[in-house]
Amino acid sequence: MAEVAHADVAHDDHHDHHEQSFWSKYVFSTDHKIIGFQYMFTGMAMALIGGYFAYVFRMQLAFPGSSIPFWGTLSPAAYNSLVTNHGTIMIFWVAMPVLIAAMGNFLIPLMIGCDDMVFPRINRLSYQIFLISAIVLIISFFVPGGGFGGAWTSYPPLSAKAEYNSTPFGAPLWLIAVTLEIVAFLLGGINFITTVMNARAKGMKLYDIPIIVWMIVIASILFMCSVGPLVAGAVMLLFDQTLGTAFFDPVAGGDPVLWQHLFWFFGHPEVYVVLLPAMGIVGEITCTFARKKLFGYKLVLYSSVGLGILSFFVWAHHQFISGVDPRATYLFTTTTLLISIPVAIMIFAFIATLYGGSIRFTTAMLFGLAFTGEFLLGGVTGIWLGSSGTDIYLHDTYFVLAHFHYTFVPIAIIAPFAAIYYWFPKMFGRMMNETWGKIHFWGTIIPFNGIFIPLFILGAGGQHRRIYNFQNYPDLAGVDMQDMRVFATLSLVVMLMFQIVFIVNFIVSLKRGKKVGKNPWKANTLEWVAPSPPPHGNFGDTMPEVYRGPYEYSVEGREEDYWPQNEKPAES
Amino acid sequence: MFDFLDRFMPGFLEMLLPRASEYAIEIDVLFDVITILVGFWFFLVLGYFFYLIFRYRHRPGQKAEYVTGETHKQKQAIEIPHLLILACDIAIIVPTFVVWYNIKIDIPPPEEEVRIVSQQWAWTFYHAGQDGVLGTDDDVASVNELRLKKNVQYTYHLESKDVMHSFSIPVFRLKQDAVPGRVISGHFKPIMEGEWDVQCAEMCGVAHGIMGARVIIESEEEHNAWLAAKTPEQAGDNLVAAIEETLSVAKEDRNNG
Repeated sequence: MAEVAHADVAHDDHHDHHEQSFWSKYVFSTDHKIIGFQYMFTGMAMALIGGYFAYVFRMQLAFPGSSIPFWGTLSPAAYNSLVTNHGTIMIFWVAMPVLIAAMGNFLIPLMIGCDDMVFPRINRLSYQIFLISAIVLIISFFVPGGGFGGAWTSYPPLSAKAEYNSTPFGAPLWLIAVTLEIVAFLLGGINFITTVMNARAKGMKLYDIPIIVWMIVIASILFMCSVGPLVAGAVMLLFDQTLGTAFFDPVAGGDPVLWQHLFWFFGHPEVYVVLLPAMGIVGEITCTFARKKLFGYKLVLYSSVGLGILSFFVWAHHQFISGVDPRATYLFTTTTLLISIPVAIMIFAFIATLYGGSIRFTTAMLFGLAFTGEFLLGGVTGIWLGSSGTDIYLHDTYFVLAHFHYTFVPIAIIAPFAAIYYWFPKMFGRMMNETWGKIHFWGTIIPFNGIFIPLFILGAGGQHRRIYNFQNYPDLAGVDMQDMRVFATLSLVVMLMFQIVFIVNFIVSLKRGKKVGKNPWKANTLEWVAPSPPPHGNFGDTMPEVYRGPYEYSVEGREEDYWPQNEKPAES
Repeated sequence: MFDFLDRFMPGFLEMLLPRASEYAIEIDVLFDVITILVGFWFFLVLGYFFYLIFRYRHRPGQKAEYVTGETHKQKQAIEIPHLLILACDIAIIVPTFVVWYNIKIDIPPPEEEVRIVSQQWAWTFYHAGQDGVLGTDDDVASVNELRLKKNVQYTYHLESKDVMHSFSIPVFRLKQDAVPGRVISGHFKPIMEGEWDVQCAEMCGVAHGIMGARVIIESEEEHNAWLAAKTPEQAGDNLVAAIEETLSVAKEDRNNG
């Protein structure tokens, strides 16, 4: 298969020799790097929308009923729509494209030493479908009745009937957008797996593959295995919405809880689909800047496989109190608490990698370390929720919200920032400004904790999610609780303001950043062998050969503290 | 058992809101057990993490060590903590099962019953009338107001007329989704007089945010006086009025773009 694929790529190369127009080079490109950028920039644009939504509804919660700058007064319907689409966007249109698609596309061929994905045209199709899905979602905000407001989990019967959700067009469009997005990532995932299995550089054995590449492959497999039920469920729900079928309508013999099973059978592995690439990014960065070999490479790899398998047996912990047989929770509590072990092994391995290191605090490394520290809190707070006993009380409170933001913000915001600061020189051939990077780092991390620590307390105090004005509840309307809400909102505003630093730094560095050579961080993996930025075909005339694993840092008896994978061993 | 354990626990949740049901103490103790076990590991690992960051910061002329993490001894450094974590997991799972069984599976014989009907967007509570039996002609219905007697063991029967709702009384530490097409039963025993919030905890449409109610726990005499003042099954008009009120909020201009 590899030969066939290479022939295909070579064919493309032939076409690319003559001068390309802007359209064929940047818009309809089959080059994996350009497609990676397309995903990355689309993801960043969607993140701005998702962040804006968060700003609007947090302002409403802090200052209920007042006119919100850049929005106006917020109606309950619009509030529901904003929280729904904030969640949907951040997971499906930010975490997925940036972590899996952008990083996977940009890094996989470079890191395994080949010239492109094995199916470049499927790759292009994947992005095009993804772009259409994003456009469909944005259109759904402006149709009559407004955007879908039934929460990102879209539970029927609310989501199934316009008379219940009062969004006759928003709800089906939302569902179509999510389904299209999933199709796009299936195509991308097939490509990643095939490429890694077939197109590795000469000499690269399975245990020589950088950990992030493994993580993206495992995540793609998880995604492919878990997504079938969701697509089936989405089609059934779309039929319920548009054709009047009753798959989820109890009045006509359907079962609304069925959707929850289909959704969460996908939904929980999905968490690990985005977690694993983020872990991979942090693993790469930790090794490079601690100048250390990854502690227990195989342990991390096997843990992630174990994590993936176990993740298919935990889904009903989202449904403890939703009317499933109460005895089922014994099983799902046990599996949920057991899944803490593979995750903890991976986190411990990253922490142990620091031992005996020589840590360089670059901006990328700061974000990488912040991921480990913040994710730790996100991970452990899952225990209160995985325990079905405490979940009776904490389910759907702000405790849950704070918990998964402590996992998803590290995954979808902190890890991508780490990746961008780390691979920016490779992507664009210039450095990002480190001083502004560090200002951005502290301006992101401190307010992030300022947002969600108060929300833990509010959640433990009995405040539920998706309520647009807590002043209607006497027990929740107290001054102390309102002060915490205001504090969280102000922290969010500060955090969003500091993202301007990042955007300016990014744009200025594209034009004016210090030019760099091939390997500014003195890293081992193959992407640093290619020129910065890599040309079409990546490595020029000689493709790299691999002689050792990816993390041979600080090997005793060597002058240099790094040992690139492609460097020929001395004749002995 | 939980009363005994509670004496040694910090009582984190009780600092935030009272325990108004008999089993609230069980969830509070479980919460504390988890907080202590998880908190220990969290701060230990975080502390070690910061120590490593400080200890192994880059200094000129110093080189990192070559550690593979593949030798038996190094692997143990990861494996032993994880056996301890597994032990902690089990220490959490066992009381979890007990609490879950007590609250959600084992329903004690009721002294009184109450029927809870949720719909977009109001709660209707059907109380047993003067005869103390639910399902007879003298049942008293009330909208968005649940009246309970202190120290009486209740069984509730939860229904939904339209979409998923979730019946949550934070001071009881109770939550149960209402699923259309099903009647889900559970129990509680109020142990404290007072008045607190009932919240809907499942997104149920436009006016989900105002689908609240109040639970009022009173003495038997007060409760009987309230029952006597009510004519049976008079919820109809109140229900329509309550839903119309929430609808008026729901129909506010959509400002969605």
